Amino acid sequence: MVNSWNPVRGGWAHELSGPTDPATDSGWTEHEARRGFFTDTSICIGCKACEVACKEWNRNPRDGDLELTGWSYDNTQGLGASTWRHVAFIEQDAARVEQARESGRRLVDLGMPRIGAPTADAPVDRTPPDTAEFRWLMASDVCKHCTHAGCLDVCPTGALFRTEFGSVVVQPDVCNGCGTCVAGCPFGVIERRSDGTAAPTTREGERKGEQPKVPRRGVAQKCTLCYDRLVDGQTPACAKTCPTTSIKFGEHAELVAAARDRVRELHEQGMPEARLYGANELDGVGGTGSVFLLLDEPEVYGLPPDPRVPTADLQVMFRRAGFAAAGMVAAAVVAFVGGGR
Amino acid sequence: MVPEVEFTSYYGRAIVKPPPWGDLIASYLFLGGVAGGSGLLAFGAQLTGRKLLCRNARLGAIAAVSIGGAALVADLGRPDRFYNMLRTIKPTSPMSIGSWILTAYSGGMGVAAVSEIDRLTRNRLPLGPFRGLLSFAEPVGGAVAAAFGPPLAAYTAVLLSDTANPTWNAAHRDLPFVFVSSASLAASGLAMVTTPTRETRPARVLAVIGVAGDLIGTRWMERRMDPVAAEPLHQGRPGTLLRWSERLAAAGGFGALLLGGHRLPAALAGIALLGASACTRFGILEAGINSAKDPRYTIEPQRRRLEERRAAGITDDSITTVG
Ligand code: SF4
Ligand code: SF4
Ligand code: SF4
Repeated sequence: MVNSWNPVRGGWAHELSGPTDPATDSGWTEHEARRGFFTDTSICIGCKACEVACKEWNRNPRDGDLELTGWSYDNTQGLGASTWRHVAFIEQDAARVEQARESGRRLVDLGMPRIGAPTADAPVDRTPPDTAEFRWLMASDVCKHCTHAGCLDVCPTGALFRTEFGSVVVQPDVCNGCGTCVAGCPFGVIERRSDGTAAPTTREGERKGEQPKVPRRGVAQKCTLCYDRLVDGQTPACAKTCPTTSIKFGEHAELVAAARDRVRELHEQGMPEARLYGANELDGVGGTGSVFLLLDEPEVYGLPPDPRVPTADLQVMFRRAGFAAAGMVAAAVVAFVGGGR
Repeated sequence: MVPEVEFTSYYGRAIVKPPPWGDLIASYLFLGGVAGGSGLLAFGAQLTGRKLLCRNARLGAIAAVSIGGAALVADLGRPDRFYNMLRTIKPTSPMSIGSWILTAYSGGMGVAAVSEIDRLTRNRLPLGPFRGLLSFAEPVGGAVAAAFGPPLAAYTAVLLSDTANPTWNAAHRDLPFVFVSSASLAASGLAMVTTPTRETRPARVLAVIGVAGDLIGTRWMERRMDPVAAEPLHQGRPGTLLRWSERLAAAGGFGALLLGGHRLPAALAGIALLGASACTRFGILEAGINSAKDPRYTIEPQRRRLEERRAAGITDDSITTVG
């Protein structure tokens, strides 16, 4: 069934979906241990230091027209070409909290892959400002550095590549801005950079009221997992600056183990709503390099509930397109041979 | 039974991003289809000695593929770097495969079209010693264009579907059939406009087959899509465009079948067919862009398939786990 183009590794279907080691698949014969993030949203305080550190380190230009959204404390709104960390804020009342806990219990009942003892509903730790009637969720979102990255698979120029750390990075001098990767990402992360603001506010310059020139305009941009820092043995800027250790950087395997321990701990503390996002290598993207601990359903944070890398179905798509093209030829043959004069 | 899905989102913000593709890309989808179909018609005419049909299909094809290619380049964020697509071949990237198909097709059709233009201008093209070579290369060029024409018409469907875009991705099994049908009827329509009826009979037959494929294929595609992911095909401007596509295709198909032997009605039917194909391409492109702007189209189908898998006892492949 599997097309074996590399018989030694037993075919290449695993390069499109399922558990695998992404750096090896990309042809690194010797490579670093896979690096990633574990973002524990249960201890995020919403200070946005990660957003600022990322902007500063990567010299990312302003994004949008600095409007107030009314979405709790979130005026950043989402990830994009010039915003590679985004802190989400969600305010929930008692009913929503109960729903979140219920959905967490359901996950446990489904016998989802888990380690540790079943949940005991102990009294809940409610640190202010959380009360029995109110809770505030904060979560720092980032590129997932997927095991099977849709953005990378569909890029026609090779501008997107897999690093020796297993992360996914754009080479801005190769990208021609075709935008295919934007459509290929199941998480809505990567974006083609425009000047980032509405037209009247974009006077270029260094003086007050002006904006510095936007670099890398017209090419796709996203988090690099601070590739420039990693090659020097440094921690990414966002993780380095995070004051609560909500953003943890390290070797992927160790982080996933730590994340599992943390879920168990929270369950024991009476928080059945705690769950992991991206820690399962059997999921639709083969697991993510950036793993998250969430306290509600993914879509509450703006994350897709069941993402699937589009190239997982690529063989089906090419086969169907082949049938369609053959049908077109057959129709033309009928038209000329059967059609008479 | 389809489990009920409850729907929440982050302040109504979209999850996936629409690609930065607009009317230029929709035009390319249309023109690439016209070129792909014309490659087949021209080759058929070449083999069966229909000189006018062959010439007109080749000239139409080279015009379509030139304008389409220019639209594709103009839509890039860095048009000056378009050639970076031709510095590598990536089997996982339909955009990469497609740019090679486009290049091969253009090469073949270019040779065939140059010899047509040379004939039209009574050997006034400054070809020098290459004129002799051309008479030999012309049929080969026509064959190459015919070989790469159907892939040119079909790959754009994979380009759209091999994405996280809710509507395009949900159509991934059947969109290629809609696109090749649309390409066939459009190329036939162009031939009916440009060529006297005594040579267009094969084009009319191809038009009728294309219309049948387009109408049946579109319905079949929608039936197999997630009902929520299919909604953008029926709403707003894309909905209007796709309704018109259906009407124009039906009108053009009947015109080709019943009145295709008369010059003026045949030309009108041809225009209707070209319009139908343009409406299909613009409609499908815009429906997908719209589906990426509302989180509902991402969340509801994903929730539903997740719940369906859970209901079937498959619980080990969710991105959400409890440890
Ligand atoms: S989250 Fe999106 S941009 Fe990041 S690696 Fe995955 S597919 Fe690429
Ligand atoms: S926009 Fe750039 S990075 Fe994205 S797919 Fe196109 S060439 Fe690749
Ligand atoms: S790893 Fe670097 S580029 Fe990525 S979000 Fe953190 S600071 Fe920004």
